[in-house]
Amino acid sequence: MKRREFLKASALGTAAAALVSPAAACPGELRGTGDLAVIIERASGSVMIVDTTAHETLHRVEGFGDLSHASAVYSRDERYAYIFGRDGGLTKLDILEGVITKRILQAGNAIGGAISDDGKLVAVSNYKPGGVRVFDANTLEPVADIPATFENDKRSKTVGLVDAPGRRFIFTLYDAGEIWIADFSSGSKPQLTRFMDIGDLPYDALITGDGRHYIAGLFGEDGLTHIDLWADEPAPRRILSGYGRGEKKLPVYKMPHLEGWAEGGGHFLLPAVGRHELLVMDAGTFKEAGRIAVHGQPVFAVARPDGRQAWVNFAHPLNDTIQVVDIPSLKIIHEFKPGPAALHMEFSPRGHEVWLSVRDSNEVHVYDTSSFRKLAVLKAQSPSGIFMTARAHRIGL
Amino acid sequence: MQCPSIIWLLLSSLMGACIVTMTSALALDESAERRLTHLVRQDCGSCHGMTLKGGLGGPLLPKDLKEFESESIASIILDGVPGKPMPPWQGQLSKEEALWIADKLKKGFPQ
Repeated sequence: MKRREFLKASALGTAAAALVSPAAACPGELRGTGDLAVIIERASGSVMIVDTTAHETLHRVEGFGDLSHASAVYSRDERYAYIFGRDGGLTKLDILEGVITKRILQAGNAIGGAISDDGKLVAVSNYKPGGVRVFDANTLEPVADIPATFENDKRSKTVGLVDAPGRRFIFTLYDAGEIWIADFSSGSKPQLTRFMDIGDLPYDALITGDGRHYIAGLFGEDGLTHIDLWADEPAPRRILSGYGRGEKKLPVYKMPHLEGWAEGGGHFLLPAVGRHELLVMDAGTFKEAGRIAVHGQPVFAVARPDGRQAWVNFAHPLNDTIQVVDIPSLKIIHEFKPGPAALHMEFSPRGHEVWLSVRDSNEVHVYDTSSFRKLAVLKAQSPSGIFMTARAHRIGL
Repeated sequence: MQCPSIIWLLLSSLMGACIVTMTSALALDESAERRLTHLVRQDCGSCHGMTLKGGLGGPLLPKDLKEFESESIASIILDGVPGKPMPPWQGQLSKEEALWIADKLKKGFPQ
């Protein structure tokens, strides 16, 4: 082969290899993304991409803006993460290459987002201007703007935005006390359903893993609001009303989160607002089935994917502790102190490990969920949310 | 009106029974200042945003607070706002610390 032909052939070979092999670590090395995760570094506006099998950091990517209270969802192929920042930033991250593919500032102040069941629409929940904006998942071009208007021209902050089956998004209006469903099944123009008077100051909401129940927590009332989306005519109804039984709430230094709430053995475990308690709710009747006294005010109560255990973290100033509840017996079976500001937990898809952000020690810990042994420590800068790619295939995450 | 929630917060706090009297901001030692800076950025930041541009809670930048005295802001910090998510930090923070935070918020909070 002459030199020129050789050069041409090798150039073609490289191009072909690049086309079939988007792997990050070494050129030419193929890999999947099913065991990858992104970890939000809230103070530095950066994101770590980690290999959860090797317990290693693959990339640190910068340039995400204000990531306080940031979250992520995944494309159906688990290649792209959509990162929602506090400053209204919506960033599409290629987790194989470790590069930002596209970034827009879609609002002034935002609180998370969701991706539609078909993977084609990304919705963002905004505080300012209050409402939800929806974008093409591929290009991040705007598709729909849904202002959360109430009482004529007021705009409400929106919270608890989730995807629901049938190309729908559901969200809650914090200031207005309403729940809205935006149905995109007929295209890019949503059909809106509004539920009014759902309660005072709904602060967060969730949808169950089967896509059937949407539940909003209320800050201004003792109780929650539930909508059965499978009902012929879905309607909001109060559940667990008066769980505080008129007792004075403790000061709440951090609002609980409902996403990833614990469901197992026919029970739901929910953080009680302003109380050192988890509420146990019967998953069939939605009636209170007990309480579990815990270390502090719970922020997250997250079930291991098999539903056998729930791991619970707590609000400031008791946020250095984690407790583990055995769901069948509703007993606390383990307690440990990973360090100050243990903020966020994420289970591996089948629950053999849990990953835990310890913000103030700048560490992410990995624990075995059977032996509770610490398996690994990764360095990170003020880590908060941890999001594994398996979320791509779960309703409401 | 750019920030109704802050004005509401202030009014409701002033209407509250407890008016704390305070002298001017004391200088705190360096480690206390570091601790408070971290607390405000990270923990207050979970509602007000780490950059203090607001979130579920209102924005706390100098332009948002210029109408208010440090003493009033410190009262809100210590007493909270009944019926709203703003909790009373009394027991977690001393009056001097609350006043130091209020003062720094008005001037532009340190990183």
